[in-house]
Amino acid sequence: MEKTINNRAWFMVLPVLFLVAFTAVIPLMTVVNYAFQDSFGNNQFFWVGTEWFTDLLSSERFHDALVRNLIFSFSILAIEIPLGIGIALCMPKKGWGVPVCLVLMALPLLVPWNVVGTIWQVFGRADIGLLGYFLNSIGINYNYTQDPVAAWATVIVMDVWHWTSLVVLLCYAGLVSIPEAYYQAARIDGASRWAVFRFIQLPKMHSVLLIAVLLRFMDSFMIYTEPFVVTGGGPGNSTTFLSIDLVKMAIGQFDLGPAAAMSLVYFLIILLFSWVFYTVMNNAGGEKQQYAGEE
Amino acid sequence: MSTTTGTAAIDSGLAAGGQAPRRKARAKAMRTGSRYSFLVPTFYITFLMLPIYWLFNMSLKTNQEILSKFTLWPDEPTLANYMVIFTDPSWYNGYINSITYVALNTLISVAVALPAAYAFSRYKFVGDKHLFFWLLTNRMAPPAVFALPFFQLYSAFGLIDTHIAVALAHCLFNVPLAVWILEGFMSGVPKEIDETAYIDGYSFPKFFLKIFTPLIASGIGVAAFFCFMFSWVELLIARTLTTTAAKPIAATMTRTVSASGMDWGVLAAAGILTIIPGALVIWFVRNYIAKGFALGRV
Repeated sequence: MEKTINNRAWFMVLPVLFLVAFTAVIPLMTVVNYAFQDSFGNNQFFWVGTEWFTDLLSSERFHDALVRNLIFSFSILAIEIPLGIGIALCMPKKGWGVPVCLVLMALPLLVPWNVVGTIWQVFGRADIGLLGYFLNSIGINYNYTQDPVAAWATVIVMDVWHWTSLVVLLCYAGLVSIPEAYYQAARIDGASRWAVFRFIQLPKMHSVLLIAVLLRFMDSFMIYTEPFVVTGGGPGNSTTFLSIDLVKMAIGQFDLGPAAAMSLVYFLIILLFSWVFYTVMNNAGGEKQQYAGEE
Repeated sequence: MSTTTGTAAIDSGLAAGGQAPRRKARAKAMRTGSRYSFLVPTFYITFLMLPIYWLFNMSLKTNQEILSKFTLWPDEPTLANYMVIFTDPSWYNGYINSITYVALNTLISVAVALPAAYAFSRYKFVGDKHLFFWLLTNRMAPPAVFALPFFQLYSAFGLIDTHIAVALAHCLFNVPLAVWILEGFMSGVPKEIDETAYIDGYSFPKFFLKIFTPLIASGIGVAAFFCFMFSWVELLIARTLTTTAAKPIAATMTRTVSASGMDWGVLAAAGILTIIPGALVIWFVRNYIAKGFALGRV
């Protein structure tokens, strides 16, 4: 659609601008303020320059949390994306099964995040949980509060449970937009099932898959509530991701300076990813329009 | 690693099940999948429902039954756990608080997002792309970064422990989301409709309310649903900004677990009750849910 150039449109954006400035910019300025100062209480602050940043960037605690978070993000992507595509391909395309599948699959997405944590906390307990009880009764020693491997497995399976449906729904939306004519053409050419997937379905899912990958990456990169409820970041620090570490520092220990510096670094990382996200998504949209023009 | 290998085994099993019968009726299979492909969604939905069923199962048991024996369904189903929640003000107030700030937030978000989304979908203006990107970064901002400064900001305004504080704080991620979703829906409405209305003598406010709003009604519904949802599921900020008077149900749950030991039955009942609002409204947005999650971009 051709857009008119009209700078008075700014007036329509002003309410959003003011509201978001109040909820985002002012708090961020506070963080910037703290990141360069130290305090001995009594509201006395003095300038420490970049001390907190150099401390943070050389601290093992931050490195470990960052690495753990990256491992977590990439493992859930490696599971959720192929699984989501597979399920979307097998979903019914018409009939009563469609709304039933959509509604039931979307249900985990609407569960409050700490309830997701509670559900899995209960489900995995060896004494009263179905999963924990079952695994222990077939001889697997499973205890997510003691064993780091079990804690990681629980957190990852929980995330798969919680968010795979997002990938499924997005892929499904991409799949149903493929016109029947494409499949007829493939049939006439005698294309194999794999060829249909590789050359028709996958390209058509391209843009939604991008959105799914990027959204899942970003959201898993700032995961807090679910692992906090299930493992509390433990055992030890084995499931302490960036957000959990940050909240521990800021609210648990009230180390304003270091916490603020960490917030800024964290936010800059997210900003970088957001920029990649935005660019990639806009380019994908551009391509789509180009194709539409050619057809 | 036991659980991961478990799911991996299930996945590979599913994949094999999807491939085996394809030799017959391949042409038909291309669009609809093979005859056995319904097994995959069935297994997946079972996997999704099991933990929820387990919570529901527990909510119908007495604490004694939960702890003393392992049963797949309650021996003597009881609604006592639900009664605790409906009769104790510290429990049911949690629901009232949550619904209050979620409703406030939804209203504010959609109201300010409507004109902005219209501007983004219809006009080019100085800095539009940068502004859109800046809004996106707020959707992507980790709430943990904002928890502490929010606390100080709202303390300074004396808003701690009020519903409006949480409602405003949740605008951080809901306003950008609403703008993105509404922009997606508005771009689907041909511009000729605007122009025809102006030629017919409609003023802008009249056109917006009488003609444009009904056209994007489903978009407004979807945006409202997603604002509702993301405000409903968020806990970190809501918990930081409230102490008693506006404390959300989700925070009530975490505190009760740690304080009174392990009242598993009531905890399970409270969990089930937090799932119900989402489960009820999801039916209405089932066809748009992918679009909402994709920020209006599908």
